[in-house]
Parts: sequence; C-alpha cells; structure tokens
Amino acid sequence: MLSKHSLTVKAMKASLEKTVEQTAAKHAASQGGLLPCLHEIQAKLGYIPNAHLENIATAFSLSTAEVHGVVSFYHDLRTSPSAPQSIQICCAEACQASGSRELEAGVAGVLGVEFDETHPTHNYRLERVYCLGNCACGPSIRINDDVYGRVDLESLPQLVTEAVQL
Amino acid sequence: MTITVYISQDTTAVAVGAERVATAFVQAALNAELNYTLVRNGSRGAFGLEPLIEIEMGAQGRLAFGPVSVADVPSLVTAITDGGYERHSNYLGPVSTIPWLENQTRITFKRCGEGAPTDLANYRALGGYRGLEHALTLSPQAIVDEIKVSGLRGRGGAAFPTGIKWQTVLDAQGEQKYIVCNADEGDSGTFADRLLMEADPYQLIEGMTISGLAVGATKGFIYLRSEYPRAQKMLERAIDVAIAEGYLGADLCGSGQRFELEVRMGAGSYICGEETALLNSLEGKRGVVRAKPPLPALEGLFGKPTAVNNVLTLASVSSILADGGAEYARHGLDRSKGTMPLQLAGNIQRGGLIEVPFGVSLNKVINEWGGGTRSGRPVRAVQVGGPLGAYLSSDQLDVPLTYEALAELGGMLGHGGIVVFDDTVDMAKQAHFAMDFCAKESCGKCTPCRIGAVRGREVLDRVVDSTASSNDLILLCDLCETMEQASLCAMGGLTPLPVKSAMDNFPEDFGVTDNQYEVAV
Ligand SMILES: Cc1cc2nc3c(=O)[nH]c(=O)nc-3n(C[C@H](O)[C@H](O)[C@H](O)COP(=O)(O)O)c2cc1C
Ligand code: SF4
Ligand code: FES
Repeated sequence: MLSKHSLTVKAMKASLEKTVEQTAAKHAASQGGLLPCLHEIQAKLGYIPNAHLENIATAFSLSTAEVHGVVSFYHDLRTSPSAPQSIQICCAEACQASGSRELEAGVAGVLGVEFDETHPTHNYRLERVYCLGNCACGPSIRINDDVYGRVDLESLPQLVTEAVQL
Repeated sequence: MTITVYISQDTTAVAVGAERVATAFVQAALNAELNYTLVRNGSRGAFGLEPLIEIEMGAQGRLAFGPVSVADVPSLVTAITDGGYERHSNYLGPVSTIPWLENQTRITFKRCGEGAPTDLANYRALGGYRGLEHALTLSPQAIVDEIKVSGLRGRGGAAFPTGIKWQTVLDAQGEQKYIVCNADEGDSGTFADRLLMEADPYQLIEGMTISGLAVGATKGFIYLRSEYPRAQKMLERAIDVAIAEGYLGADLCGSGQRFELEVRMGAGSYICGEETALLNSLEGKRGVVRAKPPLPALEGLFGKPTAVNNVLTLASVSSILADGGAEYARHGLDRSKGTMPLQLAGNIQRGGLIEVPFGVSLNKVINEWGGGTRSGRPVRAVQVGGPLGAYLSSDQLDVPLTYEALAELGGMLGHGGIVVFDDTVDMAKQAHFAMDFCAKESCGKCTPCRIGAVRGREVLDRVVDSTASSNDLILLCDLCETMEQASLCAMGGLTPLPVKSAMDNFPEDFGVTDNQYEVAV
C-alpha cells in the first residue's frame, strides 16, 4: 500500500514538473514572458508549485528568489493548491455604497466557507476582489468568469448553486 | 419585413440578466415563428435600462425596450408580431430619444452599442478607420501636431497633455519604441475602459496604431486587468480580425508600415495601474514603482522610449484624426478640452456611462441622469475620481466637472468615476478603507506609504471602535502630511485625500467634539 501510494505521489510530482517545464520553455523566449507563463501554469494546475519555481527560474535565466519575488507580489498568484473554481465578492467603494459591506460580513455564514479558503465540500474558493467594473449595478460578485450584479445575502445561495459545478 | 434584435453582451448587461433574456427571446421567437436576426452588441452604458432590447423593423429605426426581465419576453414578442408594441410596459420609444442618451455628446462612445463589437465591416460603415487612413497620409510630426491642436489630456487620471508626451517619444532616439495601453482600470466606480473595449474594441486598436505611426513605434501592448475576462476575449478576437484584414501587422493597409499588438494580463495588483509599475509588470517583474526620471517616454518598456496612455486617451485619437483636432477642441471648458466619459456608480437609481463636455455640474449628473439614490434616501457623500479621490459632501455638489474646478475643491476628477453614498454611510469606515487599501496595495518601495498606511489604518481602527483620543487624530493628520509630501507616487501621495476630506467634511463621524477636532487639524 505504502509503496504504491508513494509511487503515485512520485508520478504526480513528475507530471507537475513536466507541465511547469513545458510551459516555461514556451514563454521563456518571449519578451516579458514570465507573467504570462505564471498565469498559464496556474490556469493548468490551479497554483504555482513552490517546489518547481527553480525550473521556471532556469528557463528564464533568473534566480529562484527572483521568481519567488514575482509570484509573491501579485494577489492573483498562489503557491498552494486550490479549488479550480472561485467566488469573488467585490469589496470596493462603489459596491460598499450599494450594500457589499453586509454581503462581505455575512457571506461566510451563508456559504459555509471563510475568505481565502476552499469550501470543505464544494469545489470553489472564496475571495475578496476590488472592483469588477460592474459598479453601476453593485453589489457585484464573480463566479469563475461570470459577473453578477445586485447581489445580496438572500440571492447569493441560489446563484452559487446554479453557477458552481460540484 | 426584416427584423433585427439587439441584446447586449456587456459585462454589466449580462450581470443583470441579458444572457437569460436573450435565451428567453430565442425561445419565445421560435414559438411565435418570428423571423429575425439576433445581434449581440456592446452596451450603450445606460445601465439603468439593462437588459435592454433594441428592435429594428422597417422604417421606424431602432426601438428600445427595457429593463426587460425574462417574464416580460413572451408578451414583448407578441407585441412585435401582432403590433401594439407602443403599449408594452417596457417600451421606451426610439433609441435616439432616450433621455439618458439624448442629452450626451458622444464622441468616443458614439459607436458603442450600435453593432456586434468585433464586426469590422460594421465598424468601417460607422466611420471607423477613417482616422488611420488619414494618419497614413501624414508625417509623424503632423499627427502629433493634430493631437496638440485637440488639447487632449490623458484620461487615466493625471490629465497630462498627450501631444507633449508623444512629442517626447517622437524626438527620443531609438530603433525600437513602444506604445503601451494602460487598461488596468483599477479605480472602483469606473468602467468606461471596460465598456469601450467590450463594445468598440477596434477604436482602441485604431488609436494605438495611429499612435505607433506618430511616435515611430512598431509594437504595442495592452495591459489588461485580470478582472476583465470579457474584454480580453473581445480584444483578442478583434486583433485577430484586424490582422487578417491588414489593419495590423507588417503592411498596414498596404502602406508598408508596421504595427503589431498584443494583450497582456495583469494579476490583481492595483498599483500596476501606475505607469512605471505597469512597465515593470509587463517586463515580467514585481510591479514596483520606478523613480522618475528617467521618464518612460525616454526609457520605458525594456528601457526603450515608450508612450503609456489610457484606453480612452488612445481611443479618442481615432476620432481626432478622423475629424480633426480643432473639431475635438470645440467641446469643453477652459483647459479641459473635449468630452469626458463620466461613470455614475454606487448607490444610484440609474448608473452608467455619461459622455459630456467638461463643465456639467455634479448635481445634474447625480439627479438628472442618475435619478438620485437607489435606496431613495438622501445623498450624503460622493467620492469623485476613484479610491484616491476626495469625498465631497452634499453641499458641494454644484461643482462643475472640470479638472480645474475639482482641484480647487481639493479633489480630483481622475478617470471620471462618481460614487454616490446615501446617509447610512459611516465616513470613518470609508477613511479606514482608504488607508487599508493603500496598506494592501502599496508596492513597498517607499517608507511613507508602506509604513504610513499601516499606522494610519491602526489609528482608524480605534476611530471605528470609538476608542480614539484627540491625540490619535493629530497623529493621523501628521501621517497624512508625511504621506502627501514624501511618497514617491500618487498611491501614497493621494491616499490622504479621501481620508482628510472625510475628516474635514464629516467630522461628526470621527467621534470627537468640534473643539478637539480643531486642535487636531
Ligand atoms: C496608484 C495609481 C493607479 C493608477 N491606475 C491607473 C489605471 O488603472 N489606468 C490608467 O489609465 N492610469 C492609471 N494611473 C495613471 C498612470 O500612472 C498614467 O498616468 C496613465 O496611464 C497615463 O496615461 P494618460 O496620459 O493617457 O492618462 C494610475 C496612477 C497611480 C498613481
Ligand atoms: S507611494 Fe506607495 S505605491 Fe507609490 S512608490 Fe511609494 S510605496 Fe510604492
Ligand atoms: S466597486 Fe464593485 S464592481 Fe466596481
């Protein structure tokens, strides 16, 4: 059992590494290709594995510390595994003016997940976001690539049920 | 009779139900055996009327119905097939007579909502690419001169004269130069860039191509925030079509001139809207602000001469080259030339995009276009110019919207965002948010901002908890002064603006008596 388990883990690690290396090779020659590269790795894997920052660094002729510096700077990028789907609650001023403070305060209770965490049973992560460009019809939320307007604590659960894939 | 039906695919239109309405329309039309063509257009920005359905039949021109709900659709389809649509509860009359739109001066947004955003033939039929065709007959200097005549100032916030910036890039020595479009639109309360990119992407592409000819740049990048996935798809599709039709690439319209364009995505960092942080981000680095000089115009992207301009600035260039700089400069007031796309947001009945000549009063925008607050309660505060703009009180609303008049009030017009709050707002919490946002988004390069914002937030923690002393307010004012005077960029330099305007205009929310407050200030 144990050895079989460690074999799978090994195989998974190797496949992660391969994805990272291939993606890095694809972007390394393009000017300023690091950010598009990181975006693509995260899109494929859901995160950017710390263990393989070195592979990225090698492809771009940078130090691992430099790549880490870039990854850690941007709110969108993460180095720990995460659910593939996300729900973002807009917490910026225009949405505050139309009721997002209540949404922000109550969402964890209604959905059963804290901000910046993955839902224990559903396949999404809850995040804050600062403006989705839907400020005339807030409070706004984004579920994956779709934006919803005029959302409140009452309408939220139904939206989530319809839009999130289990 | 041919019938064309328009339903928007804009982010906000869809956010309030346009997709469901479109699906319901298709079903109802099928049941009623209606013959029609469906066009998914961009939005006109009258968001109070979305989901909006426009119907073009015979000689009547385009008729508007809105806001339409799924439940309204079957009766609407019946009203079209059987006649009597004028009596339908959603009927608004011809599009051209909708008051929201009728009272605007649309130059940059004139095509938005007219047709399918990536339909190049439609763009051309509506006057698109006349500007580029004209520019291709001019010398680079003549293009820059035309922009100078227009009086165009940057729409990204700082309002720097575009012609002067371009002259610097044109005069700079360098084999390789770049055009960078700032599509980071991070300010809460703003969505004009997004609306334009989703509704009329060719106008931006054309403007960037013209700017390339003007300064001698053969490559452009659009730095787009990751919060705008629809705009990304629209731009990428439009770029593909423009390449296929010879409007981008190695031989622009057969002229032998080259211009290439690429979209690059941001990664959720507000400070990357600041132009030098943006350039670092485009280079694949941390989005840290660079000290100026050197100016980006001389040493910008990858160290090369670079013109960085906002989406609306670059889009305006298309109409300026099509109709002439003098025509553009006819609009506006003082040194605020042309039109300003205002964005009305927050607690408002009818929010959306309002393109008007500079000088319209804030009151008129909020009450006549906006119809007052959505909650129906009195307006208490209005933040103009994004997260770094001042909070105005309800007795300051007769200010004319020009760069100069807002500066006189101690505020700024910025990118044109107007966020309305009703009387339930707690201004100490808004001041707290401003400091908190700065602390979270600071690039960390300079101490006044990196440390000052954290200290400011701590003081405001106590104000919000009602445990602050008058010493705390003195400390807060000191911090604001240090940030204002010693920060490297406007992030730290302007965060005190919302904080101090909240304290000045709404002292009662800061839990101190007038007496203590005066000591503090
Ligand atoms: C913190 C900060 C954020 C900014 N965000 C944006 C932005 O999102 N979009 C933009 O066009 N300009 C933004 N700017 C202004 C840019 O630095 C720059 O002035 C602008 O892109 C120049 O283009 P323009 O002359 O066409 O306005 C920001 C500035 C600062 C200090
Ligand atoms: S003011 Fe803030 S954001 Fe601007 S350079 Fe300094 S630390 Fe960076
Ligand atoms: S502030 Fe929430 S969408 Fe803009």
